[in-house]
Amino acid sequence: MNRPGTVLVLGTGQAGFQVAASLREEKFDGRVVLVGDEPGLPYQRPPLSKAYLTGKADADAVRLRPDRFFAEHRLELRAGERAARIDRAGRRVVLASGEALPYDHLVLALGARNRALPVPGAELDGVVQLRTLGDAEGLRRRLETTREAVVVGAGFIGLEFAAVAAARGVAVTVVEAADRPMARSLSVAMSAFFRGAHERQGVRFVFGASVVRVLGGDGGGRATGVETADGRRFPGDLVLVGIGVVPNAELAADAGLAVADGIVVDERLETSDPAISAIGDCARHPCRFAAGAGPVRIESVQNAVDQARCVAARLAGRTAPYGAVPWFWSDQGASKLQIAGMAAPHDRAVVRGDPAGGAFSVFCFREGGLAGVESVNRPLDHVLARKLLANGADLAPEQAADPGFDLKARAGTPRAA
Amino acid sequence: MPNIVFVHPDGAREELEIAEGTSVMQGATAQGIDGIVAECGGNCMCATCHVYIEPSQLALLPAMSEEEDALLDGTASERRPNSRLSCQIAVTPAMGGLVVNLPERQV
Ligand SMILES: Cc1cc2nc3c(=O)[nH]c(=O)nc-3n(C[C@H](O)[C@H](O)[C@H](O)COP(=O)(O)OP(=O)(O)OC[C@H]3O[C@@H](n4cnc5c(N)ncnc54)[C@H](O)[C@@H]3O)c2cc1C
Ligand code: FES
Repeated sequence: MNRPGTVLVLGTGQAGFQVAASLREEKFDGRVVLVGDEPGLPYQRPPLSKAYLTGKADADAVRLRPDRFFAEHRLELRAGERAARIDRAGRRVVLASGEALPYDHLVLALGARNRALPVPGAELDGVVQLRTLGDAEGLRRRLETTREAVVVGAGFIGLEFAAVAAARGVAVTVVEAADRPMARSLSVAMSAFFRGAHERQGVRFVFGASVVRVLGGDGGGRATGVETADGRRFPGDLVLVGIGVVPNAELAADAGLAVADGIVVDERLETSDPAISAIGDCARHPCRFAAGAGPVRIESVQNAVDQARCVAARLAGRTAPYGAVPWFWSDQGASKLQIAGMAAPHDRAVVRGDPAGGAFSVFCFREGGLAGVESVNRPLDHVLARKLLANGADLAPEQAADPGFDLKARAGTPRAA
Repeated sequence: MPNIVFVHPDGAREELEIAEGTSVMQGATAQGIDGIVAECGGNCMCATCHVYIEPSQLALLPAMSEEEDALLDGTASERRPNSRLSCQIAVTPAMGGLVVNLPERQV
């Protein structure tokens, strides 16, 4: 393909930053313009629910790169500007300010936003979410005076927050509609391990319960807890809502691009308009590691970064389909969860290691093949799992469960044709 | 603050002051050094902060964890006896003058 003169990137999160940085690594010498509606330099989100929240990292430490990096690489960063409309026919994007920016290629790296809690009282002071550095700043301040917290949703972010809060001595109640934590993503065995680990730190779980109302309002509009559908009430001066995200796909939909819970892209990460790519949390892509080969929308740093690299390489003239092995991590208290592949859904799961000792992996299989591996405190299993999946190596559940089986040797052997 | 010397594959040298307790990766990315990607932000998950330490100075470094050892088998540039992940090296006063060679590629 012809190399475009100007690449315009919408969204300055993990994916948007990476596509810009990778374009320069690929020796792309056209203009690179980055437009993002958040103020300041691009930053990483994972520490917001971890080191930043505990105070171990400050705002500077979460920045991806300093000012100097953008100047040296001629990356034109337009922070604090919102894109309002894509004019495909005119190959330009109109900003909320009215200014129009031309493009030869447009990369949508718009991310996702947190799903709002659709119940009365959700607007009360003390009901908070965690997505941006601004959210995290506010939450860190509130935590200083919080004694009781309710977490709505036992997903990754809610539980990372719960672990941080419990360690500070906050009484934490996690209310979850499913019957176990991280049910959408994790195997039963790994989910049970994390339930136990959190409970030992004093976190209380309420499963099978849905929040119908946030209590409060008399004391100056402040939240005082939540009420569940069965009429139970759980007190909390802080209510953290972590019930999933909605992809920022409206801009694409309004421009007539294909959208279905995310901006639909092909294996090259092109949208239905070849002059527009979409990557990261906002994109739905075909994925050979997913059940039925996808398409899926993945919310992870790995996905954002690897998709960004794939698009940058294509724009620099090296086209290849996207096919990176998905991986993910989540730090919850002393336990570091690592996931390789797409473990959910699976029809068989075997344990390798010692769950009671807090160091084990769950190897998940789907239709006879390895689908994904969840590890806690078994980093070597995780690294080998990534290799096994990348090589498409054969592995039987019995072998995975056998502590004497040499995973390392198998990981190095591609599947026989 | 100890001075750390970064040597690019083409031989170009850059010297940075990195605060004690900060990792070599953090210090390098925060000051905009090219050649360290660090996509996982120092979580010992990605191996894109791979560096070669001047062999005579290896003893100044903290011992390698099993995790780091495993990840080093998956680096984009070849693993050598002096390979380390720079996010796992917290700077100490004794590291003043540490020479960190950057690999050809991180991805
Ligand atoms: C608290 C938290 C903890 C996490 N922890 C982990 C973890 O441990 N491991 C992991 O792998 N992943 C983790 N994630 C997920 C990971 O951070 C995301 O998958 C990643 O940031 C996705 O990158 P992205 O660029 O696609 O989207 P984002 O990083 O969300 O960036 C999108 C950007 O686009 C901007 N934008 C949207 N619309 C417009 C518009 N119209 N105009 C201009 N700008 C716009 C948004 O404001 C945002 O700044 C975590 C996420 C959160 C919130
Ligand atoms: S930054 Fe990812 S392993 Fe060092």
